[in-house]
Amino acid sequence: MIAGYNTLSMGTGRKEFSPKKDRPGLEEYIREAGQGTLKQIGGAGNVDECVIGNFMASRFNKQANLAAFFPYVDEGLRYKPAVRVEGACATGGLALMTGIKSILAETAEVVLVIGVEVQNTVKAIYCADYLAGAGWFKNRKNGHAYFFPGQFSDRAGAYFAKYGRDKTRQALARWFRNAIENARLCPTAQEYHNTVNDLDALGLTEPNGKTFIDNLNVFDCSKVSDGASAITIVSEEGLKRCGIPASEAIEVLGWGQMEEDITRPPVDPTALTTTAEAVRQALSSAGITREQIATAEIHDCFTIAGLMCMEAIGFAEKGKGAEFILDGHTARNGKIPINTTGGLIGWGHPTGGTGVHQAVTILEQLTGKAGDAQVPIPADRPYGLTVNMGGDDKSLVSIVYKKGS
Amino acid sequence: MTYQERLQHVSVLGAVGKMGSGILLLTAVEMADLSLKPENKGKSFVLNAIDVSDDALSGVIRYLKAQVLKVAEKKVVALRQVYAGRADLIENEEIIQQYIFDVISLVRTTTRIEAAYDSTMVFEAIREDPEMKTAIFARILANNSNDPWFFTNTSSIPIGKLDEGAGLGGRIIGFHFYNPPAVQKLVEIIKSAHTLPDVETFALQYAKNLRKVVVPSNDKAGFIGNGHFMRDILHAGSEVERLTAAYGFTGAIYAINRISQDYLVRPMGIFQLIDYVGVDVCSFIMSVMNPYHPGENIHSPLLDRYLSLGIRGGQYSDGSQKDGILKYEKGRPIAIYDPDQQAYIPLAEIQPAVEEKMGTLPVPPAWKAVVGSKTKEEILRTYFSQLSTASGEGVALARAYAKKSCEIGKFLVSSGVAFNDNDVNTVLLTGFFHAYGPINDYLG
Repeated sequence: MIAGYNTLSMGTGRKEFSPKKDRPGLEEYIREAGQGTLKQIGGAGNVDECVIGNFMASRFNKQANLAAFFPYVDEGLRYKPAVRVEGACATGGLALMTGIKSILAETAEVVLVIGVEVQNTVKAIYCADYLAGAGWFKNRKNGHAYFFPGQFSDRAGAYFAKYGRDKTRQALARWFRNAIENARLCPTAQEYHNTVNDLDALGLTEPNGKTFIDNLNVFDCSKVSDGASAITIVSEEGLKRCGIPASEAIEVLGWGQMEEDITRPPVDPTALTTTAEAVRQALSSAGITREQIATAEIHDCFTIAGLMCMEAIGFAEKGKGAEFILDGHTARNGKIPINTTGGLIGWGHPTGGTGVHQAVTILEQLTGKAGDAQVPIPADRPYGLTVNMGGDDKSLVSIVYKKGS
Repeated sequence: MTYQERLQHVSVLGAVGKMGSGILLLTAVEMADLSLKPENKGKSFVLNAIDVSDDALSGVIRYLKAQVLKVAEKKVVALRQVYAGRADLIENEEIIQQYIFDVISLVRTTTRIEAAYDSTMVFEAIREDPEMKTAIFARILANNSNDPWFFTNTSSIPIGKLDEGAGLGGRIIGFHFYNPPAVQKLVEIIKSAHTLPDVETFALQYAKNLRKVVVPSNDKAGFIGNGHFMRDILHAGSEVERLTAAYGFTGAIYAINRISQDYLVRPMGIFQLIDYVGVDVCSFIMSVMNPYHPGENIHSPLLDRYLSLGIRGGQYSDGSQKDGILKYEKGRPIAIYDPDQQAYIPLAEIQPAVEEKMGTLPVPPAWKAVVGSKTKEEILRTYFSQLSTASGEGVALARAYAKKSCEIGKFLVSSGVAFNDNDVNTVLLTGFFHAYGPINDYLG
């Protein structure tokens, strides 16, 4: 993969954001991200196919048929094959997998992939309705007003009951602090402008089930974001065509892509079992162990999801995720720096774009182009990992990367 | 009659005014919440919105719809439980829209006072005219067989006078909301000498359900809020008169407005507050209060002068500020009206000379930063300590203004308007959004 590009993650937290002012629309985000990548690869003429990932533009923006926006990105993309894919918050990951499979199928040498979501068209309370589409609609009636926060609040409650509340809440607050501190190093991050001194205190805000949810506070939740990310997936032939050296590319070594039954409740509310299986497959197909990973971009749609993901990957033993976080292992100077530009909580979560954003961040980190957010990539641990989750541990894409050579 | 039964048929008089529409909104929401309880299924709830203009009444429905939307969005977590039995309402948006429909459908707009003849509760928010209020109450009572209770929003007229004048036999209480009722947390509750105990019990329950902060006031014209505010205006007026020779008229207005806002750490200066309420409204409240305070002269020649020139202030229907003593741009004062020149003089022309004359003052903390601060008390003590030892004309004016405000507060207690210092401070803190109560020892 080459030529990553992220727009700003726009929403509350950014100084430029005002709900009352006009903002760029879906098409502007698509065009900015697409052009940002095309400029790096010698233009649209080098592209064989296009994939766009988007979750819910049909409701947020009353817009479908997004693949037809590629010619709007660049006239050179007219009459080229393109497809839109959707898998809730794993949409970006699925868009990448679609592109990867086109390369493997040898139908294309260069695939332009864009992930996009523009969600601030409605207030959070309606946003919750739209995002609930990532779950089974038949559960919506009995679900929480804030449907997905409610789902993960229930998971947090179960985790508290099984492993203890106080330490877990402290770990969730630390996760939040790490996310914001990392976001402050990335100019496109939604929390880039965050200047709060006592992030721990904010993270420890007591949840209020009367106005929100029982076991998580708003700081435990990812952002409502507008944003797009783009990247180009190439074969070795495609890499040559784009004129980019291998040292500026990352290589896809393996992946796990799978679905769990959306109509079933979690197998274990205290564990992300599908995530665990997807990561296991990714590592296995890449032929590496988790100990060889230098950095990971994981799907912290909620702090509790971040904690459980540490256990699902196997970085922490089951029930020891809180300790792992509190010991500093997930911080940027820790054993395994996680979400180095803030993740979904700090950088932002434009749902359909998140999976692509994760790949762009890994590309930047492994090729040494992450700027202030750069973390060391040890020679004996040269791998990057992404985990992109849709719904409540239902749609999973996990990919293992290595710097090109 | 239970609390709920009393609220099954209600009328709001003066429903399109700023106060009346707010009371209508709060009452409609309270009635809808009662009507949606499972045990009340099938019972009728009626809320008459009564005013004199059909056009304005259609506007009040638009206002209600917009406001109930905000209410519903805030309490959607609870509303999902309320509508749990409605299989057809699944998404938040559907539930919110249903709630708006359920609230609005209680409301009947009308220009006919006869609609109140069937009501068990009457909220009154018409103009501050004792004769008009008395006549309307008496008329409703004479034609209503449901033992109606009257909740008046008067901010100045003694409740006892209305009670006696209309022959209500204690079926009345002062329930004084602050502007705007939907936002302001404070209500002053004022009993007449004969207010029935059940009426008071109901009033307290209603205030509690509306999550209001209740301050009781004795039945003395103006009560606590206007008791302080009107005397504050009189002090400001006399200070302007005193300073005019040295500062010029508009310079004196500027100085006192600045002192009363920035140097007393209040949300707005006294002349901006007069404009916010309305020059005419303030003058009228004084005229209502004055006869009941024979030892004082509650009357402002300054306000008379402005009114004689057609300067009234007040607000547009969208809540934006009309020009008054001050001229506004995007809600901020930019000029002061000079009655001699009959024109607004830009602040930029007034400010430099007055500031120089006032001299250097300690830098006051911004009101916005103080009200929300956990260390408010410490910030205020530090600031007033500096103010008490500094010197200069501006400092002296600020100290004098703060001391006068404190004196007014203490007078309200000693003259039996307020029950205690704390009630006075609560009204100014909650109803006027001051950062501190006027009765304090900050200046020693």
